[in-house]
Amino acid sequence: MRAFRSLARAMLKGFFRDKMALFFAVIFPLMFLVLFGGLLTDRGASKAEVIQIGPVKVLDSIPAQSKASIAEGLEITRSSDERDAIRQVRKGDADAVVSQQGDRLVVRFSEADPVKAAQVQGQFQAIVQAANIAATGAPPQFSLAVDRVEDDSLSAIQFTTPGLLGWAIASGATFGAATNLVVWRRNGLLRRLRLAPVPTRSVVLARVAVSLTIALVQAAIFIAVGMLLFGLKLTGSWPMIIPLLICGTLAFMAVGLLAGAVAKSEEAAVGISNFVVLPMAFLSGSFFPLDGAPGYIRAVGSVLPLKHLNDGMLDTMVRGEGPSSALVPMAILLGFAVVVTAIASRLFRWDD
Amino acid sequence: MGVEITVDGLVMTYGDLRAVDGVSFTVAPGEFFGLLGPNGAGKTTTLEMIEGLRKPQAGTVRIGDHEPWKREPELQRRMGVQLQSSAFFERLTAREQLDTFGALYGVAPARTDEMLEQVGLVDKATIRTEDLSGGQKQRLSIACALIHDPEVVFLDEPTAALDPQARRNLWDVLRTINESGRTVILTTHYMDEAEVLCDRVAIMDSGRILELDTPAALVRGLDAPVRISLAPGALPVEVARVVAGTDPVEADDSGTTITTRDPSRVLTELASRDALAGLSVKGASLEDVFLELTGREYRA
Repeated sequence: MRAFRSLARAMLKGFFRDKMALFFAVIFPLMFLVLFGGLLTDRGASKAEVIQIGPVKVLDSIPAQSKASIAEGLEITRSSDERDAIRQVRKGDADAVVSQQGDRLVVRFSEADPVKAAQVQGQFQAIVQAANIAATGAPPQFSLAVDRVEDDSLSAIQFTTPGLLGWAIASGATFGAATNLVVWRRNGLLRRLRLAPVPTRSVVLARVAVSLTIALVQAAIFIAVGMLLFGLKLTGSWPMIIPLLICGTLAFMAVGLLAGAVAKSEEAAVGISNFVVLPMAFLSGSFFPLDGAPGYIRAVGSVLPLKHLNDGMLDTMVRGEGPSSALVPMAILLGFAVVVTAIASRLFRWDD
Repeated sequence: MGVEITVDGLVMTYGDLRAVDGVSFTVAPGEFFGLLGPNGAGKTTTLEMIEGLRKPQAGTVRIGDHEPWKREPELQRRMGVQLQSSAFFERLTAREQLDTFGALYGVAPARTDEMLEQVGLVDKATIRTEDLSGGQKQRLSIACALIHDPEVVFLDEPTAALDPQARRNLWDVLRTINESGRTVILTTHYMDEAEVLCDRVAIMDSGRILELDTPAALVRGLDAPVRISLAPGALPVEVARVVAGTDPVEADDSGTTITTRDPSRVLTELASRDALAGLSVKGASLEDVFLELTGREYRA
């Protein structure tokens, strides 16, 4: 027990004194959180910029309460130079030019940005319809109510935090185990420990304890930054992320052990870890959701452990699912850990 | 204290290479034993089999009543090992390394201070291992091997890659480690080191032991001539030839040298002619024995 404690303490000290490792495990993923958190905050409210030429009756006569709802989707500026306005749309500096010719509302847009083009057309369709109804003098018969199925608080940060945290934990566990194994094999410490009256499992358990501590620190910092800076709100069974983290750490430590067993140098260990973790993070939707990705990409993602870690974290952290939603991902991660550890132990060497 | 080590018929082959090819010897309790040989002679592989890092393909090793390859904790607690000088935990201070190794052996933390004192690293206690000099690292590495006061100590090329001052400084530490009756096995490719430190030396090459004896006996057995040099002009060359008799005489600007197997006769003759100015006498060293046995051609 004392051997385990002192080994774990030695490894933890070594980690926290390694500014480079600390940076890549904590600061680097946080940079992405800040980046995405900042980038995606107003994506939902992204407005189309419209240049109005001369008087446009339907826009000018909109009642005040409707103006606010139109302002959510369109940002209207006025200009008298139609030629210049069209040039701006071509260049992408504006999204549409609107003018009125008699009773016709003319909207010119660029197909270069199809999303904005559709948004502009839809908005003006609605404005014209509303104006037509108003012109009949009859009250509208139907009305539209919209309601999102997720909690009202759901914003971009809710989706980014679990995925980025999953990536941070995966790379932390992989790199930690891989470099630790290679460095200790190369500097002879593995052999030295083998000749000490300490069972191998104490050494392994100490490394597991250290990796888990690092993962929990990563999660705590991530969630704190998300909540304080970007208004992250944890839902329902969020404490389930702790057992999820444990299973995820074990799965990726196994990947790290495999990388460390194969690699001959520290550089190679880092390279192999990157080669595995970085593409996996993309394919598992750590950086952006894969809902729109082609089927084969999602199929690849579904066999990757990080995808299941991310899903479990999303479900429990922000989707408000019950604690049981973490069980399947946990089982998959543990199974993955067992299989990969078995392969790694086959390739394991005490010395070069 | 002190344990007997018996090595009998050890064999280890890697593919076609017989790295260790039938090595046998016995190390007495309390003895300082040296394994000497060029790189690739099989010293380290032999040592690894004795330590229990490798199971011999043939032959046996016994340390006391134990077979080391079984890696019984009971034996390991009595064994101190110093491998490469880099076998440390990353980014820990000298004191923290000793504390950590001490904990692995269940040793009281007070031992750390004793060990720092013993290897002269008290003022380096708070320095991280990465920032220690080569010699300091080696001393720390030896302190880590001795932290649990073992009865048997294995040292694998402890002075490799050290400058001459650091080597001699380390010898002072090494000389003391079997004072309390410990059995020590050291591998080295430095002859002077084996000569200074070891009670007996086994000279190895190509996986075999070529000679095994005390350093003095090995040098005597070589029956190498003694070189007696005189300052230039101390004695005319013709006279030197008379004194030397049948022994060869070389004379150049740096002086006159007589190579003889009968140094006492030559020295008596020189003394009677009052020609001892700038005299130096150089006998054979273990290095000569070594080169005689392993050949002089350069091996990378």
